[in-house]
Amino acid sequence: MLRHIAGRVGQAIVTTFGVLTLVFFLMRLSGDPTLLLVPQGASAHQIAILRHQLGFDRPLIVQYVAYLRQLLQGNLGMSLVQRMPVASILGSRIPYTTELAAGSLVVAVGIGIPAGVAMAVWRGSLLERSLAALVFAGQSMPTFWSGILMILLFGVVLGWLPTSGVAGLPSLIMPSIALGALSMASFARMTRIAVLDELSRDYVAAARARGLSLGAAVVRHVARNAAIPVVTVAALEIGNLLAGAVIVETVFAWPGIGQLAIQAIAARDFLVVQAIVLFVSFVFIVMNLLADVVYAVIDPRIRLSS
Amino acid sequence: MSVALQVSDLRLAIGGVNVVDGIAFSVAPGEVMALVGESGCGKSLTAQALLRLLPRQVRQTGGRILLEGEDITALPERRLRQIRGRRISMIFQEPQAALDPLSPVGAQVREASGLASVAAREAVRRMLAEVGIADPDRRIDQYPFELSGGMCQRVMIASALISRPAVLVADEPTTALDVTIQAQILDLLRRLAAERGTAIVLITHDMGVVADIAERVAVMYAGRIAEIGPTAAVFSRPRHPYTALLLAAIPRLADEPKSRLAVIEGSVPQPSEYGAGCRFVGRCPFADARCNAEPPPLLETDDGHFSACWHTERLA
Ligand SMILES: Nc1ncnc2c1ncn2[C@@H]1O[C@H](COP(=O)(O)OP(=O)(O)O)[C@@H](O)[C@H]1O
Ligand code: SF4
Ligand SMILES: [Mg+2]
Repeated sequence: MLRHIAGRVGQAIVTTFGVLTLVFFLMRLSGDPTLLLVPQGASAHQIAILRHQLGFDRPLIVQYVAYLRQLLQGNLGMSLVQRMPVASILGSRIPYTTELAAGSLVVAVGIGIPAGVAMAVWRGSLLERSLAALVFAGQSMPTFWSGILMILLFGVVLGWLPTSGVAGLPSLIMPSIALGALSMASFARMTRIAVLDELSRDYVAAARARGLSLGAAVVRHVARNAAIPVVTVAALEIGNLLAGAVIVETVFAWPGIGQLAIQAIAARDFLVVQAIVLFVSFVFIVMNLLADVVYAVIDPRIRLSS
Repeated sequence: MSVALQVSDLRLAIGGVNVVDGIAFSVAPGEVMALVGESGCGKSLTAQALLRLLPRQVRQTGGRILLEGEDITALPERRLRQIRGRRISMIFQEPQAALDPLSPVGAQVREASGLASVAAREAVRRMLAEVGIADPDRRIDQYPFELSGGMCQRVMIASALISRPAVLVADEPTTALDVTIQAQILDLLRRLAAERGTAIVLITHDMGVVADIAERVAVMYAGRIAEIGPTAAVFSRPRHPYTALLLAAIPRLADEPKSRLAVIEGSVPQPSEYGAGCRFVGRCPFADARCNAEPPPLLETDDGHFSACWHTERLA
C-alpha cells in the first residue's frame, strides 16, 4: 500500500515537472512581459535596461534553470505586475476558490449521488425520468450560459441573490450551482451505472433471500460496492471543477484562482501562471492519493493484499 | 406424511409466454428432491418464484405455493421478508458471487440470524462449525476473497440454515465447484437435511448429482414436468422418453463430467417456439400426430411415479 502510494506520488511529480516545463516555455514564446510593464512612450534604451534588470535578456535555458533552483528553495518568486510575492497573491486567492469548490461539491455530490441511486433503484419510474431530465440539463448547459441566465433571473429580475462578488453565503449559491451542475451530472450518471451494476449481482439476490428489503440491501451491501467507481469520478471531478472555476469566477467576479489565472495570462505574469499550474497539480495529487486511501478503506481486497 | 413445501400448477410468464407452465411437486421435511433439466427449462425461475423474488419482467400467471401449509403466493412484501431466510431460504450457483465481497462472511451469516451482536456471534460461529468450516473463529472475520469456492458455499449454506428454515432451495449449488468439492457439498446438504429435517429442493442439470443425493426427482423439460418419482424408480425404469434418453447419455465412467447432458439429438425449443402439444415432440423418437396436437397430462404410472407422455407403454 505504502509502496503503491509512493509510486503514485513519484508519477505525479514527474507529470507536474513536465507540465511546468511546457508552461514555462510556452509562456515565453507568447512574448516578453517587459513591453507591458514599461510606461507608454518609453525609449528602446529604457526597455533594454528593464529587460536586463528582470533577467529576460538571458538565454531561456538559463532562466529556466534559475527558476527551478528558486522553486527548490520553496520560493515562488515575485509577481512582475503586482510587485508582490507570488505566494501571498496565491494565498489570498485560494480561500475563495476553496469556498467555491466546496459549494460546488455540495451541489454535485449532494444532488448527484442521491439522484443516481434513485434512478437505479426506481428504474423505469416517473421519478427516474424526471431526474434524467435534471441530469441532462446539468450536463448540456454551458457554464457561462447557465451562470448568466441565473444572474438575470435571480439577481436582476427577482433580486433574491447578489449578481456578483463576495458577500457571504448568498453570493456563493449561484456560482456553486453554475460550477457544480456539470459535476452533478457526472456523479449522477456514474452512480446510476454503478448501482445498477451492483443490483444485478448475486449477492443482492442472496441478501434479499435472507429477508433483507431492497432498501436494506442497498444500504448494507450495494452502497459500498458502488462507491468504488464513484470515488474515482470524485477524484477526477475536482480537476474539472478547477477548470470550470476559470469561467465561473470570471462570470461572477469571484476573486479566486480561476480569475487570477485569466488576469495573469493576459498580463504575462509568468511566475503567477506557473504557480497556479503547480497549485492545480498539487490538488490533483492530493485528491488522487485521497482516492487511493478511500479505496483501501472500502475494499478489503486492496487493504489486505500487501 | 407432512409436507414442507407444496407447489401446484405454477405458471410463470415472460411477455405472454408461459416459460414455466403448470409445474407441481411437493417436498417432505428432511427430504431432498431434485429438479433436473437442461439449461433454460425454467429451473431458476421456479426457484425464484418459491421465494417470491422473481425478476420484474416475469409474472406469475397461476398456481399456488404452500409453505408448511400456508399459502404464500399472495402475501404482501412485508410479510414475505419475515419468511425469507427464516422459513425458506436459498443458495446459489456461484458461491463467491453470492457473497458481498466487502463484508466479512460472518456478518453475512449473521444477517440471516436476526440476532443481536454477542449471542449472534456465538450462533454464527457454531453454524460455521456445523457446515464443516475448520477454525470458524478465524474464518468468521474473513472476507469472501480469502476463502475457497467450496468454503464460500459452506458459508452460504450456513447463512441459509442459521434460522432453521423448513425449506432450502439450492440452485445448482455445486456446478461451479471441482468434482471432489462437489461431492463434499452434496454430502453436507444430505446430512443437514437429515439432521435438521430441512426439505431441500436441489436444482441441477446433472443426472449424476441427482443419483448422488436425491430421494425423489422431478425431470423438467421446456417449462413442464416430464416425469417425477422416487429416484431409484425413475433411474431403473424411466417412464418418459426424455428421461430415458438423458439416462442413456450419462457416461458410465466418471471421467467425462462435462458431457453428461446435451447428447440428445436436436435442441431445446425456445419459449417462442412452444407448440400446442408435447414440447418434446421435436426430439422424441415416438412422436406422432397426437403428440403434436395435445399436451400429455402428468399421470401416475407406478406408485408415486408420474409421467407426462402419450406413449409411456413403449418404454415398458
Ligand atoms: N430475467 C429474465 N428476463 C427474461 N427472460 C428470462 C429471465 N430469466 C430467465 N429468463 C428466460 O426464462 C427461461 C427459463 O430460464 P431459467 O429459469 O433461468 O432456466 P434454467 O435455470 O433452467 O437454466 C429461459 O428461456 C430464460 O431465457
Ligand atoms: S407425448 Fe409424444 S412427443 Fe411427448 S414424449 Fe411422449 S411420445 Fe414423445
Ligand atoms: Mg439456472
